[in-house]
Amino acid sequence: MSDPIPGIAAPAHLRQGSSIGQPLTRRDGPLKVTGQARYAADNHPPGMLFAVLATSGIARGRVLGLDVAAAKAHPGVVEVMTPANRPPLAGDPDAKDSPFMFRLDALQNDAVRYPQQPIAVVIAETLEAATEGAALLAPRYAAEPPRVGLDGAAAFVPAAVGVGSPASFAQGEVEAGLAAAPRRMEAVYETPAQYHNAMEPHAIVAAWDGERLTLDTPSQGMAMAQARFAALFGIRPEDIHIRSPFLGGGFGSKGLANGPQVLGILAARLVGRPVKLVLRREQMYGPVGHRAPTRQTIRMGADAAGGFTAIASHTLTATSSFDDFIEAAADVAHTLYATPALHTSHEAVRLDTGTPMFMRAPGEAPGSIALESAVDEMAFACGMDPLAFRLRNYAEVEPASGKPFSSKALRECYAEGAARFGWAGRPLQPRQMRDEAGLLVGWGMGTATFPAMMMAGHARATLRADGSGLVETGAHDMGQGAWTALAQVAADGMGLPLDRLEFRSGTSDLPDAGIAGGSAHMATVSSAIHGAGGAVIDRLAALATGDERSPLFGAGNAGVVAREGRLHRRDDEARSESYAAILSRAGLAGLEAMGQGAADPAAQKAFAMHAHGAVFVEVKVDPDFGQIRATRVVGAFAAGRVINPRMVRSQYYGGMTWGVSFALHEHAVTDRRSGRIMNADLAEYHLPVNADVPSLEAILVAEQDPHVNPLGIKGVGEIAITGTAGAVANAVWHATGVRVRRFPIGLEALIGA
Amino acid sequence: MNRFEFLRPTTIAEAVAAGARPGAAYHAAGTNLLDLMKGGVMRPGTLVDVGRLPGLDRIEHAADGGVRIGALVRNADLAHDPGFAARFPAVAEALLSGASAQLRNAATVGGNLLQRTRCGYFYDLASACNKRTPGAGCDARGGENRLHAVLGWSEACIATHPSDFCVPLAALDAVVEIIGRDGAREVPLADFHRLPGEAPERETVLAPGDLVVAVRLPAEAAGFAAHARYLKVRERTSYAFAVVSAAAALRLEDGRIAAARIALGGVALKPWRARAAEAALVGRAPAEAACREAAALALADAAPSGDNAFKIELARRIVARALLLAAAGTPGRLPALPASPFAALPGAQAHV
Repeated sequence: MSDPIPGIAAPAHLRQGSSIGQPLTRRDGPLKVTGQARYAADNHPPGMLFAVLATSGIARGRVLGLDVAAAKAHPGVVEVMTPANRPPLAGDPDAKDSPFMFRLDALQNDAVRYPQQPIAVVIAETLEAATEGAALLAPRYAAEPPRVGLDGAAAFVPAAVGVGSPASFAQGEVEAGLAAAPRRMEAVYETPAQYHNAMEPHAIVAAWDGERLTLDTPSQGMAMAQARFAALFGIRPEDIHIRSPFLGGGFGSKGLANGPQVLGILAARLVGRPVKLVLRREQMYGPVGHRAPTRQTIRMGADAAGGFTAIASHTLTATSSFDDFIEAAADVAHTLYATPALHTSHEAVRLDTGTPMFMRAPGEAPGSIALESAVDEMAFACGMDPLAFRLRNYAEVEPASGKPFSSKALRECYAEGAARFGWAGRPLQPRQMRDEAGLLVGWGMGTATFPAMMMAGHARATLRADGSGLVETGAHDMGQGAWTALAQVAADGMGLPLDRLEFRSGTSDLPDAGIAGGSAHMATVSSAIHGAGGAVIDRLAALATGDERSPLFGAGNAGVVAREGRLHRRDDEARSESYAAILSRAGLAGLEAMGQGAADPAAQKAFAMHAHGAVFVEVKVDPDFGQIRATRVVGAFAAGRVINPRMVRSQYYGGMTWGVSFALHEHAVTDRRSGRIMNADLAEYHLPVNADVPSLEAILVAEQDPHVNPLGIKGVGEIAITGTAGAVANAVWHATGVRVRRFPIGLEALIGA
Repeated sequence: MNRFEFLRPTTIAEAVAAGARPGAAYHAAGTNLLDLMKGGVMRPGTLVDVGRLPGLDRIEHAADGGVRIGALVRNADLAHDPGFAARFPAVAEALLSGASAQLRNAATVGGNLLQRTRCGYFYDLASACNKRTPGAGCDARGGENRLHAVLGWSEACIATHPSDFCVPLAALDAVVEIIGRDGAREVPLADFHRLPGEAPERETVLAPGDLVVAVRLPAEAAGFAAHARYLKVRERTSYAFAVVSAAAALRLEDGRIAAARIALGGVALKPWRARAAEAALVGRAPAEAACREAAALALADAAPSGDNAFKIELARRIVARALLLAAAGTPGRLPALPASPFAALPGAQAHV
């Protein structure tokens, strides 16, 4: 596939010598606002049919029968795929070989294990015919009572939480620390089930050509999806071509291969024609993951000076009846506050829901709103300002591991955020402030934290005969700006201006860029790209400095500098030669090199690596009605080197908005009897609208980190959710004097009725 | 979506004849109907597109101060009609507090009256709903019902009517003009929607073929223009249906209430006119005590239908506040956040 993004015009304000650090606008912006960006479901290969899922109306049981004849009799319906006629799979969709592999529902039997589970696929000439065909199936069930809610089943201790972390951790004497503490708090916080709700629904356009498969499907991890599909269909990964140039949001729900994708591929195989399958909004509330609910019990003790003596955090969460994904909410306490005794633990229940999945700051987000609320409660119990209390308990080393931080500019975040917000002078007591209209005003804060992870990724850099560059990597742009920011890194890596650099990405035939998850994509892929560019330049420099006809001959010891398409002698920059001239003299059509991004095991062993931030929130609350509005949100974040401040700020805005949403809006309303979700649409599953967040400010705090990766990049995608959600909750308490521990905060909790 | 017939009559008479067919549904902007059809909640065999019928898109101001609003007038056009907003400010405020700008630009006056409930059980085909399938039962009862009705509900149905627009219309004695097979007739808006009783599938007084052609506000309604507000509490600042809302309109003479109009939204399957509360206000000074007493009267018959007892107290407070806001006087211009408790926020930004 050719580069879907047109060439980059070098902006007038481009700083000579470096594209990194420039606040470039999105290269793909014009395509998107003019409707030319081609998303997966926009692809209509010749002969394509439309597939529609029929999904279960019960949460648990078996499908006894489907009126396949009625569906097939509907005009335009071509085929109905059920467990009875589904093409065979080479791999078992219920197999599980790693923590990154989840069991899929691909019509392997008649069992129903959650609401909205696919139970058939109707394939037709039109979307309308397929939709009606699915409605005509009128399934009959043998239903069993569903297990609903955190009290709906017996709790167990999971083998692991998150991705392979231990379910519990203990250090120091927690009970003794609590017993001896003059100040103590204990509280239970509840967070609801949430669904990713990317604007772009999950979609796949699948086309078979013999044993080769072409897929247009939004993916946060094309290479992993290739491998999973290859195993399921018994073909070679390299025979699967995935195109995913743009995602309309993923948030974790497009990270791993999902059941509906497999069903789309199966449908195409069954009918021998290309097939498009797009989920309806309510069908995104089942087979493609969600964030599980949590009930977190937090206990804290502090000494007379406000220093922690112990922190204990226990999480009860939920997973599906048939797979394990355990939201590691308690583990956020491992990194945040210094304490001599720390105990975190997890339990889970098995419910008749789809399997939970990675969703924007999995673990950290629900963990943070509870922990930051608890810290606020503890600070108040100690009679201390919440910021002073956090500074009193500032972790100089990572509390759980004892490792030093690779970098941690959290103090600067606290200071810059507080100054900008105007935190000083905040009354300690709640319900002290009103605005001129009589609304209650409250200020709250929270600490943001997210691990600075590295996945494994690769890139290829090619220097062409004309001195221009090509950088290729199968990276993923979910809307965060990867097309732009990665191109900036690519240009710098090859010492080229942006307009001399072609950047290709977004397809699976390019070098594997790893998964766009864990806020690690920028760090990982940038390392690979920069490394590849550097490797090409190394080879070019060797050619020049070893050739007596070059003005750079003999500069091997002094070294050369690559800049703007030329190599310069480091000790005499007037002596230089263009890339094209060096290649031409050497008779080369081009030079190519690979680069790799990966975690450095030595650095990982030596350091704790996290991004940090501080978020300050003002809310206003109607004293009679309890309606809440977050009127000001200021976040200051330190996340290593910033490649593109415009994109980074945008990520922080998105994260802070998500935090507001977590505290005030989002929740899946699950019927306590049927287990069905009763607000599976964007009218009733509330996300903030513009009016909900009238003022957002993100401060980029300078931070240099020599350890995380060669470029010093930490991820920014998820961190701003953390800290913000708790800050909103704390601000609501400060406004009203009512501590709401069940999220989202509903107005009935505030009106005393 | 099932196949359906699509008719586009050119006269009202043709429309009524087509609309009277079994399985027919009128279609105007389709902002609610098409969603319901895509979800399989409604499956009309015939769509009668009345959106291009001539003469129904006019706002006619009468010499006596009343107004006749054609059924096809767009919500946004009505709200922004200067003459209308000046005389019926609470109606304009209610309109602008509903939905989103995009929806208001499309949705019609007639369609607003006929929008269906947002009860999740009505939308979810796997749940029992007497409205969707008479006799099937009501899964909202005993289910997730914190936002359901507290007035006028029955064991058969505890849903609410979602309209904002209809609330001040009910308060201000609006009249619905209907043309049916037997000719033209008029129904007070307060009587237009039916309470669920044993037959929640029958939502209005309309008979097959009946077409809403206009809504009229009488001249007396304009007499409240100086003291009329709509107040809507919701779970996000904009683009959300009311948890509870209220329209309040007062006519003051010599510092006392000469006439009062009160209706509530989000509490029942119809906009809820509170006549006893209105009567209790006459002759009183528009002070907090009188407003609170009236609010208590407005909710005197309220009872929770589930986990929604809080809505009763919330509704009392909203009625009282709406009355006080009305007493304080209609603002010179509509607030940037219409009907919002945050409307008075200085510098409030208009992202509605």
